[in-house]
Amino acid sequence: MNTLLNKKKEPIDKLAATAGGGRSLAAEAIRRMARSPVAIIGAVITALFVLLAIFAPLLAPKDPFDRALQDQVQLGRGIIPGSMPGYPLGVDDFGRDFLSRLLVGAQQTLLVGVVATLIGVSVGMIIGVLAGAFGGWVDTVLMRFVDVLLSVPSLLLAISVAALFAKPNQWTVIIAVSIVSVPIFARLLRGAMLAQRDADHVLAATSLGVKRHTVVLRHMLPNSLGPVIVQATLTLATSIIEAAALSFLGLGDPDPSRAEWGLMLGKAARQFLDIRPELAYYPAIAIIIVALGFTLLGESMREALDPKNRR
Amino acid sequence: MLQLRVARTRRIALIGLAGALAVSMSACAESKRDDNAAGGDKTGGTMVFGATGNPKMFDPIFNDEGETFRITRQIYDTLLQNKPGTADVVGSLAEKWEPSNDGKTWTFSLKKGVKFSDDTAFDAKAVCFNFDRWFNMKGAAAQSQMIYYGDVFEGFAKNEGDATGAPVYKSCEAKDDSTAVINLNKAKGAFPAAFTLPSFSISSPTALQKYNADTVTQSGDSFSYSDYANKFPTGTGPFKFEAWDQAKGEVSIVKSTGGTDTAKLDKLIFKVIPDENARKQALKSGDIDGYDYPSPADYALLRNDGAQVLIRPSFNILYLGINQANNPALKDVRVRQALAYGINREQFVKSKLAEGSEVATEFVPKAIAGYNDQVPQFPYDPEKAKQLLAAAGASNLTLNFYYPTEVTRPYMPNPADTFTAISEDLKKIGIKVEAIAKPWNGGYKDDVQKAGKQDVHLLGWTGDYNDAGNFVGTFFGRSKAEFGFDNPALFSAIAAADAAAVGDAHTKAYEEVNKQIMDYMPAVPIAYPTPALVVGAKIKGVVASPLTDERFNTVTKG
Amino acid sequence: MLRFIVRRLLQAIPTLLILSILVFAWLRALPGGPAGAMLGDKATPEKIANLNHILGLDQPIYLQYIKFLGRVLTGDFGNSLISTQPVVQEVLDFLPATIELSFAALFIAVGLGIPLGYLAARFRGGIIDNLTIVVTLVGVAVPVFFLGYLLQNNLAEPLGLPSQGRLTTGLDATDITGFAILDGILTQEWDAVWDAIRHLILPAITLATIPLAVITRITRASVLDVMNEDFIRTAQSKGLAEQTIRGRHVLRNALLPVATTIGLQTGLLLGGAVLTERVFTFRGLGFLLAEGIERKDYPRLQALILLGALVYVLVNMLVDVSYGLIDPRVRVR
Repeated sequence: MNTLLNKKKEPIDKLAATAGGGRSLAAEAIRRMARSPVAIIGAVITALFVLLAIFAPLLAPKDPFDRALQDQVQLGRGIIPGSMPGYPLGVDDFGRDFLSRLLVGAQQTLLVGVVATLIGVSVGMIIGVLAGAFGGWVDTVLMRFVDVLLSVPSLLLAISVAALFAKPNQWTVIIAVSIVSVPIFARLLRGAMLAQRDADHVLAATSLGVKRHTVVLRHMLPNSLGPVIVQATLTLATSIIEAAALSFLGLGDPDPSRAEWGLMLGKAARQFLDIRPELAYYPAIAIIIVALGFTLLGESMREALDPKNRR
Repeated sequence: MLQLRVARTRRIALIGLAGALAVSMSACAESKRDDNAAGGDKTGGTMVFGATGNPKMFDPIFNDEGETFRITRQIYDTLLQNKPGTADVVGSLAEKWEPSNDGKTWTFSLKKGVKFSDDTAFDAKAVCFNFDRWFNMKGAAAQSQMIYYGDVFEGFAKNEGDATGAPVYKSCEAKDDSTAVINLNKAKGAFPAAFTLPSFSISSPTALQKYNADTVTQSGDSFSYSDYANKFPTGTGPFKFEAWDQAKGEVSIVKSTGGTDTAKLDKLIFKVIPDENARKQALKSGDIDGYDYPSPADYALLRNDGAQVLIRPSFNILYLGINQANNPALKDVRVRQALAYGINREQFVKSKLAEGSEVATEFVPKAIAGYNDQVPQFPYDPEKAKQLLAAAGASNLTLNFYYPTEVTRPYMPNPADTFTAISEDLKKIGIKVEAIAKPWNGGYKDDVQKAGKQDVHLLGWTGDYNDAGNFVGTFFGRSKAEFGFDNPALFSAIAAADAAAVGDAHTKAYEEVNKQIMDYMPAVPIAYPTPALVVGAKIKGVVASPLTDERFNTVTKG
Repeated sequence: MLRFIVRRLLQAIPTLLILSILVFAWLRALPGGPAGAMLGDKATPEKIANLNHILGLDQPIYLQYIKFLGRVLTGDFGNSLISTQPVVQEVLDFLPATIELSFAALFIAVGLGIPLGYLAARFRGGIIDNLTIVVTLVGVAVPVFFLGYLLQNNLAEPLGLPSQGRLTTGLDATDITGFAILDGILTQEWDAVWDAIRHLILPAITLATIPLAVITRITRASVLDVMNEDFIRTAQSKGLAEQTIRGRHVLRNALLPVATTIGLQTGLLLGGAVLTERVFTFRGLGFLLAEGIERKDYPRLQALILLGALVYVLVNMLVDVSYGLIDPRVRVR
């Protein structure tokens, strides 16, 4: 018995239980979401963000790495030029076009979020599938490990892991952030496996003599996709926010030429909030909107999949 | 409680006055900057000063960093000190000093009637007690933490651990109560300036013995220090130690009588506020009366609010190191000169460094005796840089460029920004740059100074005392993995300058050395960055020092 | 209950042991290490090697670990490099600040969250409900440190609130327990109490945002759930007064899940506290950790991570015990 841990497991297990619904259920869920304004808002924000991230290099009016106005930046006098013709949002502390950096930042930010989530999903999937498909002592050992990870406050876990790396860079941030989601996905997939163990299609396949790993890979995994997508969407949002927190604590990528919202915010919030607050405000607003978009989308998907809400 | 209420009422009455003052100060903050040095007439009151980091403990001999020295400078004195606002050596506990002709015997005439804050007398015996204490220090742990002692005096009576240096210190005699003679085994260019080092502060012999000052014990991967260092540091300074509140991050020291100088303030509290923004807000709201290392970007804002930004004359050098051993192309002096021509140092200093910082023309800052204004100059000229590279057959040069992370130094406020600025300049003259970032204390120093894995790298130095050898001797006095060259002529010139007699001969010799270095260009000097400190409108009498050697005894508030 | 506590403690031992090995090995594998940090700017590789020898860092790693474990078992977690003080002492010195701040944040989160969540559920679909949903969603998405700086720079001055620290420097407050407010009450130094509260306001608001959002949402969901349950419908059909139903049945039943959520949020607060305390120089455990990270104080980090794990195990147990007190069913199980 572990009350707090159980509380943390509860939403994961609930989500896992929705696995195995098959195609018709997914279609129904989508139909239901199409009627929900919250889901639509979330989907629109997410779609815009993804499009922006993909096409950012084409959209950016200037080279985001070109220190074009370096001459006009005088940090010693507290001067970072603001809005001017050709530079609608002004420049950053290196004299680089801030608008272009914000746009390209979408790509970098999405990259951090997506890669961190993918790592979390992959590692979590390996653990969860092994545990769920094999059960027995494999399950016991793996889940014990997962429980330990799950019981540590997420940001504290990310900070601890990031602090353990000698040399912070983009990848240490991604790894630190992804470790937080590993136990969640592991538990989710294990739950999804268990939910389907006695499902008709699995029993049918097994009785037809299909090998166990084939059943797992061909039938059980694809059917777990729904809950995984939901959780991944939610994880993306927290990943982006956590990455920003790590940057703020000095555990982020130290390379100032990279344009990533968390890095931009971490640096500007510390150094330029009084002389050019926009340098912090814009990336902060961008992070908030995107995190909001992913959260809205994820939550409404979760609700749409929840059998309790099916009427 | 009662006492506090009185103080607070007084503070409220002062608010109106302070407001009026702030307005007048901001109107002419820039032009009147130096007026601060004059000091006010008002005595008494408490000043709160914001520090950026925790002190370690307060036995100066086991310390080597500025956060602690800022405090120990107020409660201790050294034999000699730096004249306020400069790096010139003047008397402190010693009124006069005299080296012998061979530079091995130093005679100090001490101030009379000075007492330690525990009411014991300061005399020649106390001086010798301190010097003998350092020399005879037992235990590998204690010796390993006497960093400045190790640098200057090189060895102990009995070297423990694997320290192997032969001691420079020989003996100390108390000729009479006010004459101390220090005998050395060899002359060193570092003297007399090294006697100003805050590590060599004179402690009360009684207190040292009473509180077991020499006990340094290992605790885990760190060390624990004695009660003397933590609770009862005792010196002759204008303030005496009162309390160190770890939970609050505050060190309070109070006015002391009987020392060398008398403080005008009643009390001085050092409060640790690591966050830059929080320090700034605290000054604005009056929580603190001043703080160290304001961000250069904030100078203008601070002045607008009526605060006084005091800029320290530079005692720092930032350079781009060149490792000739790692990349044969760098053995050609034309390539090294091309780097100097190719880096837009003016732009870097102007856009990235604090007000008062300057482009470096050689490897010692201007405040040092031995600075030479006749060295060869290398103004920004990318075309010439390209020509030099072409002439040397190095047009397709690729350099791996090491820079540190997780560190800020007075000479390098932001390593990553510095790297970005310089590497982009190098790209413009056709050099390919491979960036390698390493944590300062997690590979950088090892790779750069021990293994020499870099082609070029960022590093610098903050001077400890007014001796050019403390800069160029440290960099280029011998063959080092960091620079990977062997230039016997240069090495012997530096050795000769170090041995030259104190005074003009010493200065002249180093002027020559500095020119020789710039001809050879073993590295590219980038800038003399300069830090500042800021105090509120009400504070008077702070003199910014190139060595961060600010004494608060002259400070008044109100 | 005692047997249960003992069993839980025994169960925690292997976990803590494994964690100690992992953290120890990892920190030892890092380049650099304490010697470089101690010797500072002007350390030469030779001096670092010498110091490593003195510290015993050149011994085989298993020997180092055994020594380390021996020290830890006697309660000696080593000293911080930054302050040269024992880390355990530092933790004890800094713990009250974090507890005070967490309590203040929870106070705000619970005090606002439960009524807000209840109102939102009660007037489902109304303006309050929609507004609550938006606010709770945004509350979770705002980076904590950014919010802290926003308040520090834009609210502190106009409201006359302190922007850093726990007490005004130089305030002559008696220190008994380390809890500023409690000490002020005990000694009846009311101005110290007021001073401590003023210092708490901005950091507590910053730290409260995420738990506030979560608690509001859970309360809303939980109240909605309970309102749909059979026994409420029964009560309604029995003609019980709406007031009675709301007070006696809905709230009490809805609060159980909320209570565990609050427990869960207490753990999460520690993560947020690192950011909040760093921004406001609120000298608590989070500040200690952030400072250790920034200055690479590995002995301190090692001790903090292990102590953190230990405390977390204890807190978890405590929550279970108290949960058992609220809900007798749990005890039976």
